[in-house]
Amino acid sequence: MTEPFVHPYIPNTAPDVRAEMLAAVGAASVDEFYADVPADLRLGRALDLPEPLVAEQDLARHVSGLLAKNTTTTERLSFLGQGTYAHHVPAVVDEVIGRSEFLTAYAGEPYEDHGRFQALWQYQSLMGELLSMDVVNVPTYDGFQATATALAMAGRLTGRRRVLVASDVLPAKLSKVRDFVRVHLDLEFVAPVDGTADAAGVADRLGDDVAAVWVETPSRTGAIEHRLQQLADAAHEVGAVLVVGTDPVGYGVLTPPAEQGADIVCGDIQSLGLHQWFGGAHAGFIAVHDDPRFVMEMPSRLFGLATTDVPGEVGFGDVAYDRTSFAHREEGKEWVGTAAALWGIAAGVHLALMGPQGMRELGEVLLARTAYAQRALAAIPGIRLADGAVHLREFAVDVSGAGLTAPGIVDRLRADGIEPGVAASEHELVVCVTEITSQHDIDRLATAITTLVAASAAEAAATLDTAATHEEHRA
Amino acid sequence: MSLPIAPKPAHRRFHQARWDEPVIFELSTPGERGVLVTRVEPGVRDAVGDVVAALPEGLARSTPPALPEMAQMRVLKHYLRLSQENLGADLNVDVGQGTCTMKYAPKVNEQLIATPKLSAMHPLQDDADAQGVLEIIWRTERMLAEVSGMDEVSLHTQGGSAAIWANIAMIRAFHEANDEGDQRREVITTIFSHPSNAAAAKAAGYDVITLHPDADGYPDLEALKRALSPRTAAIMVTNPEDTGIYNPAIKEWVDAAHGVGALASYDQANANGILGITRARDAGFDVCHFNVHKTFGTPHGSGGPGTGANAVSAALAPFLPGPRVVRDGVRYDVVEAGPQSIGAIGPFHGVVPNIVRAYAWIMALGADGLRAVAETAVLNNNYLMKRILEIPGASAPYATGRRRIEQVRYSWQELFEETGISSEEIGIRASDFGMHYWTSHHPYVVPQPFTLEPTESYSKSELDEYADVLAEVAREARETPEVVRTAPHNQTVHHTHHDDLDDPERWAVTWRAYRRKYPDAVGA
Repeated sequence: MTEPFVHPYIPNTAPDVRAEMLAAVGAASVDEFYADVPADLRLGRALDLPEPLVAEQDLARHVSGLLAKNTTTTERLSFLGQGTYAHHVPAVVDEVIGRSEFLTAYAGEPYEDHGRFQALWQYQSLMGELLSMDVVNVPTYDGFQATATALAMAGRLTGRRRVLVASDVLPAKLSKVRDFVRVHLDLEFVAPVDGTADAAGVADRLGDDVAAVWVETPSRTGAIEHRLQQLADAAHEVGAVLVVGTDPVGYGVLTPPAEQGADIVCGDIQSLGLHQWFGGAHAGFIAVHDDPRFVMEMPSRLFGLATTDVPGEVGFGDVAYDRTSFAHREEGKEWVGTAAALWGIAAGVHLALMGPQGMRELGEVLLARTAYAQRALAAIPGIRLADGAVHLREFAVDVSGAGLTAPGIVDRLRADGIEPGVAASEHELVVCVTEITSQHDIDRLATAITTLVAASAAEAAATLDTAATHEEHRA
Repeated sequence: MSLPIAPKPAHRRFHQARWDEPVIFELSTPGERGVLVTRVEPGVRDAVGDVVAALPEGLARSTPPALPEMAQMRVLKHYLRLSQENLGADLNVDVGQGTCTMKYAPKVNEQLIATPKLSAMHPLQDDADAQGVLEIIWRTERMLAEVSGMDEVSLHTQGGSAAIWANIAMIRAFHEANDEGDQRREVITTIFSHPSNAAAAKAAGYDVITLHPDADGYPDLEALKRALSPRTAAIMVTNPEDTGIYNPAIKEWVDAAHGVGALASYDQANANGILGITRARDAGFDVCHFNVHKTFGTPHGSGGPGTGANAVSAALAPFLPGPRVVRDGVRYDVVEAGPQSIGAIGPFHGVVPNIVRAYAWIMALGADGLRAVAETAVLNNNYLMKRILEIPGASAPYATGRRRIEQVRYSWQELFEETGISSEEIGIRASDFGMHYWTSHHPYVVPQPFTLEPTESYSKSELDEYADVLAEVAREARETPEVVRTAPHNQTVHHTHHDDLDDPERWAVTWRAYRRKYPDAVGA
């Protein structure tokens, strides 16, 4: 380089300033600062990276050009869920979390970062109202982590190893949970019946060596558990903890698990004001009752209300900080680090905008559209619902009777610009509808699948005809 | 008075916004609405009837959630006021949060990601529809492979500590695959490595051995050799450590670990000062991770979302979390993790908006830029160290007379002994000048600690201003200690009482808990 390297992101690359600073510290060159890095560990060449785009306009053109290759769910007709959901995000949510003061803050103290503490404490409180629980954490990474931690908490609380898994769980979530807890806990699966937990089967397996009964509602396929209280009573009878993994989006209309005996409620808040982001905007909540035995097992930060020297001022601080790895390294509960605070602020704004009425209407439209879509697809010859449970947002259909496979339906409908759902197995298609999905959208999906089924039937008939013709020739 | 304007005083007359904003529940007005929800169509209603009434017994919520009822602009105004009562990196000289690499997160990157072409993408769409985002993930992984010297990279994890967890989960799986899982039960770390290395290892079931430095503050190779044994699963170390000291014997550490069959895991949270200078692989590490949100310029989001990058040697590659993005000629595809993988750590591909931001950040800088980042961050650090050490009462324990890399862990012990003013109190007073200041991770091995990490983002004049503020507060500690003890004075709120926060009878983690515990305090 003959020209000095000056970059807009690095003020002190300005040559005169750099020289002045070197002189101030008495260094001939920056190389002196690396005296402790042995020569044989020095790279000694430039990194082999692509040519940079140092001019902002060139960078923007390049990155936008790459993203332009994407075709979005709004350019297709999407019925995709299975962990990430397309919900409406109110404009005010994006406005608030786009503010520099929130976006670029990190770990300030309750004074200069009062706003962050209040926004996150309000998030905890708003979630507390939705879930009917008194303690909610500053978000952890996602619902996978929240659930893994909730089960680990149950293990620590009870000193037991067995966990009864009573619901159908997303495979990726199960993968995370299994690897996270396997040193401490053994997962045992009690197969659901007709979409929801086999309460009798769970009761049979319960004993005083069970740490937790783990229920997912909605389940992997969107089924709502309707025997929570029964499961809770059975678990509590043997001193086990009822852990409920959930999506809070339905609790404007559905009874929150805490009112049916749940001890720990956990899950993901992506549905509350976060875009899909290619699956990149998740945050996890863990909620418990205000029982110090449970609270002291939580790894995440918990913000609490405090007074100040001035009457009427609302202050904040960390509740029971001594639980955390920040305070006691490996003697803390699991660990705490950078997780997903901004998404928590988003979810708080979302709940404040929605209010009780908005959450009720949202829950109702989700239930109604889901039921409508179930009927529309189940009306297609050869397609049947996988179970008879009440579903929220997602449901599975078995397509085997239509002479089709689920991956086959996905492939064929993608050609028409439709993502009909997720092929969970050879014959199971999991379909997701939200408030974004209109009646017209659902009708269009039903029509498309009906056409496929009819074509498949015609093909089968033609094959039969051909076979019959062959038979005649042979005869 | 008239023109000319008098010169500015030596110290900024900062005052944080003070809106005296109530708790949001106190702003509720029954009947107001913040946003309306789309209606159920008559055709749907006719087909399905009243779905709520039809819910099985006990499933319909009996009492609506007591969320606030507020019109839209009121919600907006409330949260914008709260945002003004917060001090982001865009507003202050954010060098006081050492170990966290508070650098500039370029605004163009915010514009670039704010497109439906990214936000409206679902991770289970046809790969053919996601070629742009998959290409960015793949390219970013390859660039980080070059930066680390490692063979394979995954951007699947959601933050630095999540990546540390992935490191230890891979190490555990590796030893189990070699039938040494039962034998190797110990993980060795150092006291100046990030606490999550110790904590994640413990969560994975390991016994943790923590080594203290030698008398000069350097990681103690002899202590390591004494601690290593056939029981060792791994060393998990940060380098440079949180003291800003680079371990000159890092290769010997790795070799010693390998000598007993252990793996070497490198926490590169402090990589900002060594980008393009030296690489994890060159010191022989098997696995390392980056805090992408720190080193590679994504905004810290008030405490996340972050992004982790796990970089591994070929031997560890089969254990990487998944799913993975692979390139087949010109096409990018998502493949499930292989049979030896530790599986999913989180959903799908990690924090995608951050991956795109990091990609844009690296592409804006290139190889020369990354090296300029490192060199300038280190120049800034050594410049600031000179300025800080000129303040009476401040010191930089260990490695006296040596240069530091990315940050320095300082001590106010001398000032504390003289005045009784603690590091924490100094930090609170510094906030009155518009500066954020953090003490350090626990335990306080360095007494009365503070850790400054200037990164490459701050100008010389900003570093001077920060040092001037600390010098001023140190002067106050001697001359007007009450001003420091009663701080803050220029903040949203005044001195906060923390005694309720550790008492289960008194703490209030939510508004509903507060109303239950203090029924007389609110008119509810």
